[in-house]
Amino acid sequence: MNVLVFLIPVSLTLGGLGLLAFVWSLKARQYDDPEGHAVRILNDEGPRRAEDDAN
Amino acid sequence: MTAACPACVAGPTQLDLTELPDAVQLSVPSMRCAACISTVENHLTGLRGVADARVNLSQKRVRVVTDRPASELAAALKDVGFEAYPLDANALSGEKDRTGHDLLMRLGVAGFAMMNVMLLSVAVWSGAEGATRDLFHLISATIALPVVLYSAQPFFKHAMQALRVGRLNMDVPISLAILLAGAMSLYESFNGGEHAYFDAALSLTFFLLIGRYLEHHTRSTARSAAKELAALETHTVSLKTPRGVETVPLTKVQVGDVALVQTGVRVPVDGVLISKEAHTDRAFLTGESDPVAHQQDALLNAGEINLGAPFEMRASAVGQDTRLHQIARLVETAENARNSYTSLADRAAQVYAPAVHLLALVTFIGWYAISQDLRHSLNIAIAVLIITCPCALGLAVPAVSTAAISKLYRLGFLVKSGTALERLAECRNIVLDKTGTLTTPGFSFAKDDFSDSDLSIAKALAQNSAHPLSKSLDLYLGEVRPAELDAISETKGGGVSANSDGVKVALGRASWLGGDGDALVLKIGETLHPVPYKETLKEGVQDMTGGLSAQNLALEIMSGDTPEKTAQVAAAAEVAEFTASMSPEEKSTRVTAMEAEGATPCMIGDGLNDTVALAAAHASIAPGSALDAARSAADVVVIGNTMAHVPKLFKIAHRAVALSRQNFAISLVYNLIAVPIAVLGYATPLAAALAMSLSSITVLLNAVRVGRIS
Repeated sequence: MNVLVFLIPVSLTLGGLGLLAFVWSLKARQYDDPEGHAVRILNDEGPRRAEDDAN
Repeated sequence: MTAACPACVAGPTQLDLTELPDAVQLSVPSMRCAACISTVENHLTGLRGVADARVNLSQKRVRVVTDRPASELAAALKDVGFEAYPLDANALSGEKDRTGHDLLMRLGVAGFAMMNVMLLSVAVWSGAEGATRDLFHLISATIALPVVLYSAQPFFKHAMQALRVGRLNMDVPISLAILLAGAMSLYESFNGGEHAYFDAALSLTFFLLIGRYLEHHTRSTARSAAKELAALETHTVSLKTPRGVETVPLTKVQVGDVALVQTGVRVPVDGVLISKEAHTDRAFLTGESDPVAHQQDALLNAGEINLGAPFEMRASAVGQDTRLHQIARLVETAENARNSYTSLADRAAQVYAPAVHLLALVTFIGWYAISQDLRHSLNIAIAVLIITCPCALGLAVPAVSTAAISKLYRLGFLVKSGTALERLAECRNIVLDKTGTLTTPGFSFAKDDFSDSDLSIAKALAQNSAHPLSKSLDLYLGEVRPAELDAISETKGGGVSANSDGVKVALGRASWLGGDGDALVLKIGETLHPVPYKETLKEGVQDMTGGLSAQNLALEIMSGDTPEKTAQVAAAAEVAEFTASMSPEEKSTRVTAMEAEGATPCMIGDGLNDTVALAAAHASIAPGSALDAARSAADVVVIGNTMAHVPKLFKIAHRAVALSRQNFAISLVYNLIAVPIAVLGYATPLAAALAMSLSSITVLLNAVRVGRIS
């Protein structure tokens, strides 16, 4: 059962990283225009950041 | 997009953003694809004076940082083939969605905590015992308790609000289940107990937050649709200045300015009536639908709709100080008190919440009487509370209406009312207006047939009428300079009359001006000049009527026009039933009579003469080109120029209602199976987790099917 000493912190850290990634994506306004972001990848021009969209 | 690397442009663009205070927003309904985004953005950023343009495809809007007026940008977009409508920045302000972000954050936190606790729970479910099990329970507790306290706050808040006024709503059993599950599980963990419901408390929170978020999303979409309409409405004001009549943006109007309010248009600012008399619809203020008569010096409020002749008024309050803005704020507060869909759910809660509490209490008393074991009985009672928690019930309607409304938005429909879909699904009869809804009048006479002064009088008269025919004549006369008019008055179903240099002039129906028949006539002094025009069917009308008939909806045209013309249009549109020469009053009486007979008419119309009927009908639809008054009375507004998708609107409404019912049935079946198991004491945390997730996911997946209509 000693393996739990590693596994539990590992699983908690991974979960925490996932949560941080989610918080970042929300703060970066990635959910403001889901349709637009989905099709923008088809454009050839350089990327435009979602932050530019801030009102 | 303007430079090779995004970093190079970030600096200067940021500066521009702060230097230019106002960004202009345009609604561009026809954007659909990646190519549209780059065409619109590239074309706009290529224009002089435009610092940045950014498309939001979900909202079909483009936001432009520029010092040029929105109308020029709209014209520029028309050049590359996109219909664009400027939106009023004032009406859209404050739209940034704080509550939505907040709910999404709580949802995400609950989701990640749920996944982690589930992982830990797997160890317990697969047979961990003794100290290991307690360790896992305690780790779960450290994750679950703070998260529940953070994420479930919206439920706690609403439950408190309800309890404070002595009522029960759906949030009371939800909060109770979440809190009791947390507290009981903590106690069990410290005392080496077998069952802990941390995962259940978290998944309850997670699934219910999904429902809450969807509900919020639907409501804010409807609200932003309403706001978009408001933004489309009083964007500009006709001001009387020493230089003549000027059209200026609403934000430029100052106290003391004299505004000209045309028929069918909203009063732009609060002010005092200068003209002798006026008739307005102030239903939005008082709820009465009859027009109110005002005498000179009467106080008018922004937002009233002019139903009579055009009048002049002096502005006394503008912008944020107007009555309309004060009321808009009140409306927003009131809207937070839930839409009628939820109040339906609230009515269910009036039965559901006491039943659940009673069931849990009876279970507790029953088990205590049998076993004399307080802890065991309490555990089972709490398990009953958790299992009966209305996850699927809370998701049933919001999931469907969100999917349906966003599908409709993509097809070009703004759904303004939450109950509109339900009411549309109940409609059996469709009542159609003719002019403006089915047809567009087009002029093709030679301008040389008229003298220049006659043309300028015709233009001025046309400008002072809200009838679609006049608007079209105004467009056709293009650059002609309008003549000076006074004593302008408009007669519904007749035309406009006025004085020009002491000569009586009028534009309207021949029979109204002392001639024969119903042709359009320009009367100057005593001479009548016929103004020939012909009507063409609007794009997509045949698709609409065909599609509606195929759905067994009874179609009928009600027109104020002559029997011959109505018959012609009815034949072209393939509608068998029609009534001609109807006054606005007759239209609304007919619609009300149909309602009284038990029929459920849906009115589709665009003009001043349809407004009363639109409001009286069971459900109503207005084309985007309709008058302000008609658009504000309608439940659904068709944006874009085609009516071809209207049959789909009905199909989707039917499907949405059917799917909501199915969802209710699914959650009922789930409760019928799960409740006896819980009451008998066989519910385990694993069973609760499985049942809850399965029912919620079934309901969500079922809701998505609403979008699968081609």
